[in-house]
Amino acid sequence: MIELDAERLPRPVASCYSKKLSRRSLLKVGATAAGGLALAVALPSWSNAAVKENDPALNAFVRIEPNGRVHLTIPSIEMGQGIYTAMSMLLAEELEVDLDAVTVEHAPPNDALYANPIPILRQQTTGASASIRGFWRPLRLAGAAARLMLVAAAAKQWNVAASACSVRSGVVLDPSGTKSLAYRDLLRSAASQKAPAPDQIKLKPPEQFKLIGKSPKRIEAADKVSGRTQFGIDVILPGMKVAALAISPVMGGRPKDVNKAAALATKGVRQVVTIDQAVAVVADHMGAAKKGLTAATIAWDDGPNASVDSKMLVEQLKRASEGPGVVARNEGHFEEAFSGATRRIEATYELPFLAHAAMEPMNCTVHVRKNSCEIWVGTQIPTVTQAAVAALLGIPQDAVVIHNQYIGGGFGRRLEPDGTLLAVQIGKQVDGPVKVIWSREEDIQHDIYRPYYYDRISAGLDAAGQPVAWDHRVCGSSIIARAVPALFKNGLDFDAVEGAAEPPYALSNILVDYVRAEPPGVTTGFWRGVGPAHNVFVVESFIDELAAAAGKDPVEYRRNLLGHNPRALAVLNLAAEKAGWGKPMPAGKGRGVAVQFAFGSYLSLVAEVALDEKSTVKVERVVCAVDCGLPVNPLMIDAQVQSGTIFGLTAALRGAITFKDGRVEQSNFDTYLPMRIEETPRIETYIVPSAAEPGGLGEAATAIVAPAVTNAIFAAARRRIRRLPIEST
Amino acid sequence: MTYALKINGTRQTVDVDGDTPLLWVLRDVLKMTGTKFGCGVALCGACTVHIDGVATRSCITTVDSVGDSSVTTIEAVGRTDLGRRVQEAWLDLDVVQCGYCQSGQIMSAAALLASTPHPTDAEINDAMSGNVCRCGTYNRIRDAIKRAAEGKQP
Repeated sequence: MIELDAERLPRPVASCYSKKLSRRSLLKVGATAAGGLALAVALPSWSNAAVKENDPALNAFVRIEPNGRVHLTIPSIEMGQGIYTAMSMLLAEELEVDLDAVTVEHAPPNDALYANPIPILRQQTTGASASIRGFWRPLRLAGAAARLMLVAAAAKQWNVAASACSVRSGVVLDPSGTKSLAYRDLLRSAASQKAPAPDQIKLKPPEQFKLIGKSPKRIEAADKVSGRTQFGIDVILPGMKVAALAISPVMGGRPKDVNKAAALATKGVRQVVTIDQAVAVVADHMGAAKKGLTAATIAWDDGPNASVDSKMLVEQLKRASEGPGVVARNEGHFEEAFSGATRRIEATYELPFLAHAAMEPMNCTVHVRKNSCEIWVGTQIPTVTQAAVAALLGIPQDAVVIHNQYIGGGFGRRLEPDGTLLAVQIGKQVDGPVKVIWSREEDIQHDIYRPYYYDRISAGLDAAGQPVAWDHRVCGSSIIARAVPALFKNGLDFDAVEGAAEPPYALSNILVDYVRAEPPGVTTGFWRGVGPAHNVFVVESFIDELAAAAGKDPVEYRRNLLGHNPRALAVLNLAAEKAGWGKPMPAGKGRGVAVQFAFGSYLSLVAEVALDEKSTVKVERVVCAVDCGLPVNPLMIDAQVQSGTIFGLTAALRGAITFKDGRVEQSNFDTYLPMRIEETPRIETYIVPSAAEPGGLGEAATAIVAPAVTNAIFAAARRRIRRLPIEST
Repeated sequence: MTYALKINGTRQTVDVDGDTPLLWVLRDVLKMTGTKFGCGVALCGACTVHIDGVATRSCITTVDSVGDSSVTTIEAVGRTDLGRRVQEAWLDLDVVQCGYCQSGQIMSAAALLASTPHPTDAEINDAMSGNVCRCGTYNRIRDAIKRAAEGKQP
């Protein structure tokens, strides 16, 4: 359920990104070959590629075809977050067309046109809950610019002032309201109008919104309920073969012995391909390919990582966490304040490796030709993938064509090019197109895992129980150093400390540092919620510990530390009120709370848990208050709160990837357990109305739910969970 | 060996080994990609089809076990009033997110409602527990099943 709390008034805050965006943007306008109008807002200063003035207009963000259909090329990829709907809304709002007049298309790789402008991305990446934050302005600018040009074209024809004309549903009306011209009849004339300078374009004020803030439904839903949506795994090409895959169970291992003859004797099997780290069986259909793969009875040379196990990895991290670290934040004098404190509290927190386990297993279709390569894959990083494939094949980047696809769950797994590179290595040996599909076991055992974290945290309290010193050491592998090395500066991984360096609370004498420790035989990567998904658990659990040590109510304790932070305080108060905080609960039940600022959004979440006589945890109710700035689509916001909550809850309760003899011990949904319908709690979303710049929400609830649940367990049973998952302790 | 399968009311002949899972016959041989691969061992329900009206995991159903039974997939479930009602309820409540598991969810829900027109929460749990959704659309799925159950019976 969703509720917009109308009593809370919007309050403007500063823009979350630079105003320079509008001035630096390059608005490009042209006519399409078919006589339509094409328009793009390119962001040259933030992208790697230079914009060519004579770029064909075909790649543009927005095209209005002669039949009046509006085509929007979506820079981000749809993986369930609802971005195709939200972006269509932003465009339609300013263009003044109905939402169903917009047709969406996946964008080809092109940083010049489609880079997300927010500073941590600045490339065509769908991640960091940044799509709305990045495109909130450019897409509205594009829509408004097109509208202005179309209106100018109509005004010219009528010889009236453009400012006196109005627009309704793609039709321009003259000042008297008696004459009208549809956009489709104005395209040629509009294409010859001078494009307005981006900083001259006045965007609609919120009170004039017709779509933004409403809850239109997902635009691609009808295809998704009838099996028509084409995901990457559904790509079919003429002459295409399919391939089943076995990757070395130990990282760095290689196939030693493959019974190719047995595989080839299987009906429908065409070819056995061996590459460095894997074996693929190519066949007419996946049934044959899998059967052939079993027949191949592969023996592996495990290589140097065959003795890696979880106990060893955790021991290594524990030692590394003793320091020294790279300082992320240092204000005041922690040591002095800590030693002078009335009470000193210290704890260690641990979070496990996690797999993504999206419902659509990893897959990629490739057609490698002599000097080119064509790829069909659902990816969050089309340009990075394109560059990686070009480097692998030694061909120019523009010789690599990528057709992005709907993604059946991303969660960060599709922020890596590894699956595509593997498919290209296989495809190099196959004549014609081949679709490589990973089994669920391969998908779970060869994921790029959320890092294991071993954090040390301590605080000093004064006589009143207030924190006067705070020290948080984050220890784990660095995803940024591996995946985005240009952003790894002075040994600090900004993502690893996100949510730790800037907690929402007023904390004096604060020291936060980071120790990088890379586990052998394991590659780590982004996982929904990224840095905050680990740090918010540690910070919010520890704040709860401090409240308990001070003998204070957890909500009251937080309120006292949030006086300077009105938006955080407001979501806390709203969540507490809606959850009925303070009302007595029966024995064995408890409520826990958490507060978070991440991805530009403020959240507070209250969880209610029940423990049975075996201390099994059942989460019965979740109440989430959200201030994500101006709510673009409340229906989608609720969907992302539901989704993020369940994703985070699944991991908190039982998510863990462990290693033994260099191998991942989990393999399918019987050992890496997803949450199922009967365990799903009631989830209530309350949205704070706001006119502030929109924040991101795809990952926010994932990050906040774990500490709310573990704090509820503490409330119910005085049991403090300091190591996830809950069911392992 | 060839098998003549009755799929969505049409007889389709395929030439594959008898132990080939129906899932791959549908997806790769007959190019009907609405039915999804999720786990391969009946743990997630993404591959759910109806065999003589019963929700069945096609990933562990071998083609030689189908015989003369009628197979219905997501591509044809909307041809019945009930199937269409389920799809409409899914749209009314905006259930889907990534959408990958939803073919299987809808097939399981349609089979449930065919045998139990007004399911209790416990009956919904029993019928839908085998269908995993990593996007976490479960609450809207439950509501959509109830919405579809409210519709007029065919």
